[in-house]
Formats: sequence, structure tokens, C-alpha cells
Amino acid sequence: MSRVRVLAGTRKGAFVLTSDGKREKWEVSGPHFAGWELYHLKGSPADPNRIYASQCSGWFGQIIQRSDDGGKTWIQPGTPPGEKNAQPAGPPKGESNKFVYDTSAQTGKPLTTHMWYDGTQHPWEFKRVWHLEPSPTDADTVYAGVEDAGLFRSTDGGQNWQELAGLRGHGTGPHWQPGAGGMCLHTVILDPSDPKRIYIAISAAGAFRTDDGGKSWKPINKGLHSQYIPDPNAEVGHCVHHVAMHPSRPGVLFMQKHWDVMRSDSAGDLWKEVSGNLPSDFGFVIDVHAHEPETIYVVPIKSDGEHFPLDGKLRVYRSKSGGNEWEALTKGLPQSNCYVNVLRDAMAVDSLDKCGVYFGTTGGQVYASADAGDNWNPIVSHLPAVLSVEVQTLP
Amino acid sequence: MIRVILPGHLRTLARVSSEVQLEIVGPVTQRSVLDALEAQFPMLRGTIRDHVTQERRPFLRFFACEEDYSLEPADAPLPDAIASGKEPLLIIGAIAGG
Repeated sequence: MSRVRVLAGTRKGAFVLTSDGKREKWEVSGPHFAGWELYHLKGSPADPNRIYASQCSGWFGQIIQRSDDGGKTWIQPGTPPGEKNAQPAGPPKGESNKFVYDTSAQTGKPLTTHMWYDGTQHPWEFKRVWHLEPSPTDADTVYAGVEDAGLFRSTDGGQNWQELAGLRGHGTGPHWQPGAGGMCLHTVILDPSDPKRIYIAISAAGAFRTDDGGKSWKPINKGLHSQYIPDPNAEVGHCVHHVAMHPSRPGVLFMQKHWDVMRSDSAGDLWKEVSGNLPSDFGFVIDVHAHEPETIYVVPIKSDGEHFPLDGKLRVYRSKSGGNEWEALTKGLPQSNCYVNVLRDAMAVDSLDKCGVYFGTTGGQVYASADAGDNWNPIVSHLPAVLSVEVQTLP
Repeated sequence: MIRVILPGHLRTLARVSSEVQLEIVGPVTQRSVLDALEAQFPMLRGTIRDHVTQERRPFLRFFACEEDYSLEPADAPLPDAIASGKEPLLIIGAIAGG
């Protein structure tokens, strides 16, 4: 019988939640890396036992962790194969990871400045890894979206990282600005049908696409309308919160923007709003059903000033028509006095039949639905604030 | 033998349970201590000082003999009691965040 493994990153560590295909009873492992912020963990589609994790701290900076046994033990990449730092004999040989913007003449771009909160220019500074996206075909290749916004790639299992500097240096960088959470590159989508095509999104710069493996990039924000910036239709400067794609239709993208839920049928070249009858089109997460490419999920949040659900009711909204027509999913979710948030990387789906949907909250709950959202149950209820949720469907 | 006491999270990262001891040839300074520490525990590179600038991370402090040496030059000699191993160098995470 198939199994599922949910990877939850929280403010104070990582948790690995496992269940069989029924998704009724769960085993909880963790906290891993207790006390550290785990912005994101994600498993490799090429090798489900390979999991990458972004561990960081305001005191000690960025660490990349890697598991080769499904989250049981972890190493810091750089450790020679077979030498786990979890083993007691002798000092570990791993090393912290190094994210240095590429300013070399051969492959890099000069490190310019970006727009600061007060409109002045501010130097680019590496702060943390927000998102790790493993290659669908090679377990040793993984992409990292970082703050301040940049895209890095490792081809040796996280041991060494090189920036794809064409993104940061393509020209509009001085107009990028941080969102409230920092100037983060939070979304990395690898086109399964075209290894040279990558989509990324930055808060608050917008969405970008490369069609040549990362050498050159173009903003793909036409159709976005953001009234909170000087030019609401600007080429860049939009606060994109998250983007999702179904692997069977890599040219169709769904976006939760700061305000507005958007859809593109042209690989991002043009967007149209599909907020429809949502009670609020502000939110952070968006995801697509594993088997129905027109079925999408969001969690409406009241506003950018009040980061909690409307009326204290935690509701997932599902559209089976690719947007515009939405239905509230409430069974099993708190419908009074609920004031949690669901952050941008904290929703995921499994690929079982029926499709499982999962999301985590800033109140420390991880909710699961084993029937595509019709009914929900909390897997765990009292974790630290959940930053990210990913799911692996295992044989 | 130089003695260094790490903050708890770095002890976990380095897989040590108590103070670490380092052999240093030549002057005992912040830089030489950190060089030796990172050579013995490479997983700590970047966690105490920046990978590129080699500057101390803002929320860490260096204490020796009940004095704060955080703002001293990296190549300034540390006290004799540190160089002799009589006293440990303390690397401390600042109390920050409320």
C-alpha cells in the first residue's frame, strides 16, 4: 500500500509526519534541528529518500541539511558519503553551505542595489534560503531561492552552490523591493517537459521565466494589477505570494498575488484575474489537485493588514473550473475564533487517489484531507508556527 | 591548548557536548582561534563569522576573562589566560528578540 510523508518546516524545527495510504493515523517524528527556523524541506522526485532542508537562524545564519534515508538521519552537505554527522564517533566533517552572489566576470553580474522600504537603494545581502526545489530527474541537483532575491543551484547534493546570476542581473533589479517578510525568492517551478524552462517568483518583484536554463530571464507580469505600487501595471514590483503549476500542463500557471488570484494560460506571458466569488482575494498559498489540473485551492485571508481568516473561520476554497467559481471547504476546520495564517509554502498535495491536500498554520496545526478537500482533520495541533508543508507519495 | 565554549546550537551542530580544545601555533587571536575552530569543525564555517567578509555575525559576542572582546581587532592578542588555557574563550549568542 502506498504511504505518504509530510515534511513540515516550523519556526522551531522540522517535523516528519508519516501515514499509510488511508491517511488516518499518523506518526510524528521531530523536532529535527530543534530551535532553528526551518523555512522549507522538500524531497527529491528522483529519489524519495533524498530530502533537502533549509535550516537558519538570526544568530548563526544558513545551514543546508540533507537526508538520504527519508528524514531519519541528516548530514550537512560536504560530509563525505557515508559519514553521517549523527554518528557519535569522532567529529563530523560536514561544512556549512556558502551562498555567495556571483560577481565574476565570466558568469556573474555586478552586485548592484535594490529598492529599500523607504525608496532608497540598498545593497544586496544574503540572508536565508526560502525554498528548495529538487530536480525531477537528478537527486543531486537542487535549486535554492534565497533572500535577498537570487536563485542558486547545486549539482552535487547541496555541497556547493552557484548563483544563476542572469536573474538578479537582468536589468530590473534596482526596482525590486522587499515585501514585509523580506525580498525573498520563494517560488521555484521546474517545467517537467522542458529542462531549460524555470519559473520563479519574488516578493515584491513579481514572476520571471527563463527558457535557456537560467542564463537569461524575462519578467512575466503582464496582466497583474497592483494598486499599492506607483504604476499598478508595472513590469516589475508586484508582490507575488505564490505560484503553482500542474505537471501535465506546464504552460498553465496559477498565482496568489498579494491581492488577486490570477491565472495564465501562456506560460506567464499574460495573466487574468480569477478571484471570482472568493470572500477575499488576499492570501498566500495556492495549489493544484494532483489529478485534476483545473481544480485549485486557496485559503483566503482577510487583508494585508489583518493576516487571519475572515470572521474567524478557517476555510479552504476550491475551484474545479480553474478559478472564478469557488466553493468553501469547511468540514473539520475551525469555524469560529480562528485567527491563524497559512503561509505561502504551507500547502501541498499528494498523488494518491483520492488526492490528499495538506496545509499548515501559524498556530501550529497541520491539516490533512484525504478526499481532495471535502473533509479535513488535524494531523498535529500544537507545533510551532508552520512555515512550509511538502508531501511525498511513497510506494 | 586553547579552550572554547560554544553556544548550545553550535555544540549540537558540531556534535560536541562540552568545551572544545584547539591547538594553535603562533599568536592567539580571535582570527587564529576561529581559523583553528573552523578547521577542526568545518560545519561551523559561516555560523560565527561571515563566509566572505569574515566579519563576526552581529548577534554573536566573544568574551574572555569576563571582558567583551567582540569589538577588538581580529588580530589583536587575546589575554594570556586564554593563550595558556587557564580560561576559556566564550562565544555567546546575544540575548535578542525579547
